[in-house]
Amino acid sequence: MKKYLGTLIVVLVLLLVYAPILILTVYSFTDATSIGFAGHFSVHNYVTLFTTPELADMIWGTVALALGAAFLATILGTLGAIGSFYAKHKWQSAINLVNQIPVINADVVTGFSICILLVAVFGISKDTYIPLVIGHVTLCAPFVYLSVLPKLGQMDPSIYEAALDLGASPSYALRKVVLPQIMSGVLSGFAMAITLSLDDYFVATYTKPATFDTISTYVVNATRGSQTEIKTALWALSTIIFLIVLAVALMMNRMQGRTDNERRAKAAERA
Amino acid sequence: MKVTFSRRQLAIPYVIYLLIFVVAPLVVIVSYAFTNGDGRPTLQNLIGFFTNPNTLGTLVYSLLLALVTTVICLLIAYPVAFVLSQSKWKARSVVVMLFVMPMWINFTLRITALKEILTAIEGNLAFHPFFNSVIGMTYDFLPFMILPIYTQLTRLDHSLVEAAADLGANPVQTFLRITLPLSVPGIISAVSMVFLPAMTNYVVLDMLYNSTYIMGSLIGSYFSAYDWHGGSMISLLMLLMICLFTLVTRGTEESAQVRGGTIV
Amino acid sequence: MEKNAPNIIELQNISRVFDDNGYVAVQDFNLTIGRGEFVTFLGPSGCGKTTTLRMIAGFDLPTSGQILLNGEDITRLAPNKRPINTVFQRYALFPHMNIFDNIAFGLKLKKISREEIIRKVKRVLDLVDLEGFEDRSVATLSGGQQQRIAIARALVNEPQILLLDEPLGALDLKMRKEMQLELKAMHERLGITFIYVTHDQEEALTMSDKIVVMSNGKIQQIGAPEDIYNEPINAFVADFIGESNIFKGIMTGEKKVRFCGGEFLCMDDVPEGTLVDVVVRPEDVILTGAEEGTISGKVTDVIFKGIHYEITVESGKYEMVIQSTKTPKVGDTVGMDLEPDGIHIMIAEDHITRFEAAVTGDYQLDYNGRIIHCDLTTVIPGARRQGEVLVDGSGQVIDPSRLRVHVSIEPGDIQMSDDVEAGLTRGHIINLIYKGDHYCYVVRTEHGHDLIVDDEYLWNMGDMVGLILPQEKMTFSLKK
Repeated sequence: MKKYLGTLIVVLVLLLVYAPILILTVYSFTDATSIGFAGHFSVHNYVTLFTTPELADMIWGTVALALGAAFLATILGTLGAIGSFYAKHKWQSAINLVNQIPVINADVVTGFSICILLVAVFGISKDTYIPLVIGHVTLCAPFVYLSVLPKLGQMDPSIYEAALDLGASPSYALRKVVLPQIMSGVLSGFAMAITLSLDDYFVATYTKPATFDTISTYVVNATRGSQTEIKTALWALSTIIFLIVLAVALMMNRMQGRTDNERRAKAAERA
Repeated sequence: MKVTFSRRQLAIPYVIYLLIFVVAPLVVIVSYAFTNGDGRPTLQNLIGFFTNPNTLGTLVYSLLLALVTTVICLLIAYPVAFVLSQSKWKARSVVVMLFVMPMWINFTLRITALKEILTAIEGNLAFHPFFNSVIGMTYDFLPFMILPIYTQLTRLDHSLVEAAADLGANPVQTFLRITLPLSVPGIISAVSMVFLPAMTNYVVLDMLYNSTYIMGSLIGSYFSAYDWHGGSMISLLMLLMICLFTLVTRGTEESAQVRGGTIV
Repeated sequence: MEKNAPNIIELQNISRVFDDNGYVAVQDFNLTIGRGEFVTFLGPSGCGKTTTLRMIAGFDLPTSGQILLNGEDITRLAPNKRPINTVFQRYALFPHMNIFDNIAFGLKLKKISREEIIRKVKRVLDLVDLEGFEDRSVATLSGGQQQRIAIARALVNEPQILLLDEPLGALDLKMRKEMQLELKAMHERLGITFIYVTHDQEEALTMSDKIVVMSNGKIQQIGAPEDIYNEPINAFVADFIGESNIFKGIMTGEKKVRFCGGEFLCMDDVPEGTLVDVVVRPEDVILTGAEEGTISGKVTDVIFKGIHYEITVESGKYEMVIQSTKTPKVGDTVGMDLEPDGIHIMIAEDHITRFEAAVTGDYQLDYNGRIIHCDLTTVIPGARRQGEVLVDGSGQVIDPSRLRVHVSIEPGDIQMSDDVEAGLTRGHIINLIYKGDHYCYVVRTEHGHDLIVDDEYLWNMGDMVGLILPQEKMTFSLKK
């Protein structure tokens, strides 16, 4: 009985979490304009999503921004982590402290303060996209930094020296020996950066050009408007993103299983 | 001849970046917060916030909304995290993944889905603004509450539970005296991940047609009204509150991982 | 470049001071290593041996001094430009590369042809007895195998010098012994100079042509293993290399030395009256009948060690550890004797007399029933008084009955008195040496302890005197 109660709780909460998404997924394949109304099967929403230039621009703009910002954030954060790891203790503490600010800060405050600095103080126009990109890099880079730093700590410190000892230049040793060791941290930092950028509303709303929209800002504006055509097309977008996330999750689970198996196989081989 | 390359120099670009785009904005915010439109130093922004009934009302409403959201999240999340951590399911990692996955879906799209459902049930959302906002926030932040608690519970040394049982404690006593106290760090970190965003994420309210201001929307309203000095003061106060909260809880590193959506 | 110079590497006046805390890791280090030698840096952890090795490898730069390789200054040359390779303490194999790529790492950087690399990797894998391991991954190897790969990876580059930083530390005892012999054989076969760092004296004695004993950043002694063992230059070396009994003593005549409560003939001709440290190896002590030895004592401990017994004998205040095949019983009285060549004399670095005192219930020092006043809070780190008791840094009450304190005093600070009850203890004068401006006496206390006392007045042999040890001249330290 007790055992089933636990399972029941988990299943119930999962249902609550997924019900809205799943219902929306079903309705995205109908011509209904509101949940609760009957409709017929239709891929009309998907056609609208991919053929309306405004929607397509918004989607690709968001993806391009996420990739670009994540790429810059990964480079900055990774270099920062390596440099800070080998720096003197007080320097490392200082960098850690400042790095923590965007992490704990409310995104509204991060977005607002960057906007004030760049637009009001430096006089950079939002139309240049520079405030937007900087805003997103600032949002993401600290997470990359935090994801790489522990990997450096786990690395055997003498392998860098071993590479130098065998004739490698410092930059070669960093690229061929240190980087592969911290790669998992770099990649998960990159993935975090993408997620953060895709999910962001607050930084974008303060720093984006007026003519540009990310998924978040677009969706929020759409809820204020009354265009049913757009509203139901967003159901389709929601469905597609849900399926992509599901695919990524499945892939990760598969990969995790494989590394576990490999580890087991290796252990067996050694024995 | 001399070894000139130093690995610590690699930090220079990032340090410069942090100085310009993290430290400098803070400096600007502070200086704006304590000046008026003419650039003269003033405490008016600070005094204004604490004497204006509207801003104070917003603060109280934000705190109330955040508190209720946090409590409800905790009441749902703790049992889930506990069951997950105790379970011996083969697919446990998959189930945990299911709870993480929503974090990767854009939150405005998730709230849209919720809004459609609520509309179908309630008809007009405007009748229950506070109730709807709490549901929206809970829906948005639940994964952030489950994950830290779950992580903390899996870290718990199982032999402690066995030891308590061995010493004669029944399961309820064991839970209350061992498991619950030892999961407090996870709870603290989870609460900090929900409480503070719940005070600022005004988008959830916007999308669910709740026009009441919370702290986040206040910054926006000052911004749109071009009162950047007042907005800076609100931002500064928010930041101070967050720092205070973080200092008390000290859960930042883990929170960062959860917020970034890492699977633990 | 003089490739044929007999010395491959010279370290001249090398010092290394860490800037952040001013810690002197290596101080005025001078060493010349001949081509093809097997040299070992030996010392306890923190003695500067690894820092020295890292400066030779180029990972660390000396604060001052020069390192010459074949007569050329390489002090500030980057590590990747030195014809020197290192075997690291925990191997430092690249975990993301297979064995072939690990070993070929250095060769690939030298732009050697693929066939040549394959051939060289195969040859060095043969050398370390791991033929056919090319495609294995690092994680599948045992510690011993990883060790061999680390050696192979360094050797394949044909370094002029191979540096080994405690390479056997992580292996179990049996594997360690095997690898010691293998490394020694490898060194003989390849003719490369090996510089080896270890804290294990047995390892150093087994493998080296030359041992450099280090302590506190300074070289204590350089020499062949036999010389270091048989002729340690000071008490530190004697204590660190092999087991030894070390006594404070004094020369009492031509090739005559008094220590451990007896007078012995020795080989070293040191001027009379010189204060010396005397080293006696446990295997050099001859056990005799109770009345036949120069000194005698009571057996307090007998441990079977496989090929011999380790016997501890207490003679007065002294303790002698003996290795012998004889098996006296605990409580027996035995005599002990020493051949002159079993006694090794070193000029003492300090003349300090040291004895041990117990602690009374009210935290005073007790020396055979006499109280010495001492503020224990200055002796025990972090201790403070709390009412009647003393507590340590973490607030725990310190149990006085388990404490022992070393009391040290300079011989010149001890005074002799006609009043036998005047001082902390009393004794007979058993030796008297005229030292020009003063006399040096050896006083045997009632507790069987020989104290050395300087005094400008002449006393007679056999006189019973009181010994006054002024408390303000004493220094105290906690016995670990």
